[in-house]
Amino acid sequence: MGLPAPGGRFGEYGGRFVPESLVPACMELEEAFDDAWADPAFRAELGAVLRDYGGRPTPVTECLRLSEELGVRMLLKREDLVHAGSHKLNNVVGQALLTRRMGKRRLVAETGAGQHGVATATAAALFGLECTVYMGELDTERQELNVFRMELLGAEVRPVRAGSRTLKDAVNEALRDWVATVDHTHYCLGSVMGPHPFPYMVRELQRVVGDEAREQCRALLDGADPDVVVACVGGGSNAAGTFAGFADTQARLVGVEAAGGAAATDGIPGVLHGMRSLLLQDEVGQILEAESISAGLDYPGIGPEHASLAASGRARYEKATDEEVLDAFQLLARTEGILPALEPAHALAWIAREVGRGVPRGSTVLVTLSGRGDKDVAQVRELLAAGRGPR
Amino acid sequence: MIALEPWLRARRGEGRKLLVPYVMGGMSEDWVESLQAVAAAGADAIEVGIPFSDPMMDGPVIQRAGVHALDRGATPARVVDDVASAGLEVPVAVMTYYNIVFRTGHRRMARSLRAAGIGAAIVPDLPLEELDGWAAEADAAEVATVLLVAPSTPEPRVADICARSRGFVYAVARMGVTGERESVGSETADVVRRVRRVTDAPVCVGVGVSTPAQARAVCEVADGVVVGSALVRRLLEGGGPDAASEFVGQLREALDAG
Repeated sequence: MGLPAPGGRFGEYGGRFVPESLVPACMELEEAFDDAWADPAFRAELGAVLRDYGGRPTPVTECLRLSEELGVRMLLKREDLVHAGSHKLNNVVGQALLTRRMGKRRLVAETGAGQHGVATATAAALFGLECTVYMGELDTERQELNVFRMELLGAEVRPVRAGSRTLKDAVNEALRDWVATVDHTHYCLGSVMGPHPFPYMVRELQRVVGDEAREQCRALLDGADPDVVVACVGGGSNAAGTFAGFADTQARLVGVEAAGGAAATDGIPGVLHGMRSLLLQDEVGQILEAESISAGLDYPGIGPEHASLAASGRARYEKATDEEVLDAFQLLARTEGILPALEPAHALAWIAREVGRGVPRGSTVLVTLSGRGDKDVAQVRELLAAGRGPR
Repeated sequence: MIALEPWLRARRGEGRKLLVPYVMGGMSEDWVESLQAVAAAGADAIEVGIPFSDPMMDGPVIQRAGVHALDRGATPARVVDDVASAGLEVPVAVMTYYNIVFRTGHRRMARSLRAAGIGAAIVPDLPLEELDGWAAEADAAEVATVLLVAPSTPEPRVADICARSRGFVYAVARMGVTGERESVGSETADVVRRVRRVTDAPVCVGVGVSTPAQARAVCEVADGVVVGSALVRRLLEGGGPDAASEFVGQLREALDAG
């Protein structure tokens, strides 16, 4: 997973489909990121913040009881242990440093489950930047506590009442804000999506997950790589970061989407939010609304590099249902004492289902546990009380 | 089909300021009558929106009109058919987002516009770098692709955009999305001046131009104005063809008096 082709292309996907007003800002960002990424001082500062503030490196945990339960050797890359509770911090610290480097003073962000919003608000507080987070109204209701957390961190949360009132509408609104404020504002996009350079930049900022995990797995496995590497996919940032560490190994790469928002499987090529990718849409090109219990995966598209990895076959994309996800959530809690976020519970749900089917017993499996489940406890409680079904 | 650019150049040559109102296709039962009323009240060309689920460049008013249109079952084909049947005596440019064009197919879209007598298209999320596939088919079908120049567009790029724009050059009045504003942006005159330096094509200003007085002020530097949200809001409020006619008439009067 190297540089995209000119214009930000990953095969036929990617590109930069934004209004003219935003084109110069995307070009400026591309130049600023390339410059920063080649600058050892920038890399060193980012590494130090992620270490001393973020708690990196995160461990790879071998799950003995879960392994016994499932019949495979289960390893978890513990992004739930990063400060603020998810892998999202890796990306936002990089973008906040870049914002400062570009001389801008404000961040806007979209958020679904609230994890990227909380991470952005956290980085904004750390670096003294203003912060506005757009969140679908439906998600503000599902993730009330995260709204309050963002406000405690000094961010302004603006509920979005347009459309499906979820993540895709929050992205629209963040883009609209950015068009009007681009002279002093950076759009801190939370996933490997959007116009070039975002998909590439966010993957590079997240590759620390995969790079660390590969070394840690080799230490654990006498120099070998896992047989299967699994991560959940909404836009796909934790999966992209994870896959970046393993793309040149023999490991099978599997991205798991919510069954109600599986753009890699059910989507067709289209253009949304500045990128050409696989999208859930109707026959004339109206975007459809994704639906799952996990607000962070309620996105009708997928990052363009994932669409390209799916096309080439280097990674496979699978689905997990809400019910399977709730089971996996409880399974990890009971066997390992870890509450996963509902998003990575999709990755666990897939492996729980596929052992002895798509995945041979005795395989070694690495799952990226992209975030912790505290934010989801109230929702899981309600779902279980309602008879385990989806909302 | 009326070719947009020669038509606008001829009118400009007569000393007339160009008025380009915007109506969202399919937004109400009587939207075609509103279109006819807009033409009769003095529009020089009309921009017709083809609704898209995720209009990134649009503010709340146009968004709402798009939702109404989609709820009423508007599709790209139906909007195009309705325009064809409206019997307008001024040129039409459709305005939509690229996914609609992409899913319809470049060639099919260009030919269907041409067949409906629609001579121009505006696709705001298709910037210069991504333009070639569509522009080749649009040029072949003699459908003019109108490009946008923004306040943030740097100098050499302004020239590249203007060289590729057909019909007119759409000068974006301010950084932001569509919607009514108290005043026209201070960047407006500068954008128009920078466009004029590299082209003699008609220059129309849009995004935020809301009142007859603003339209007149803009036309002191520009050749014309695009007025969207202010008209669409009146239609959303149920004003229908009468309100459209009255408002466009006021805009016309202001431009002619200027």
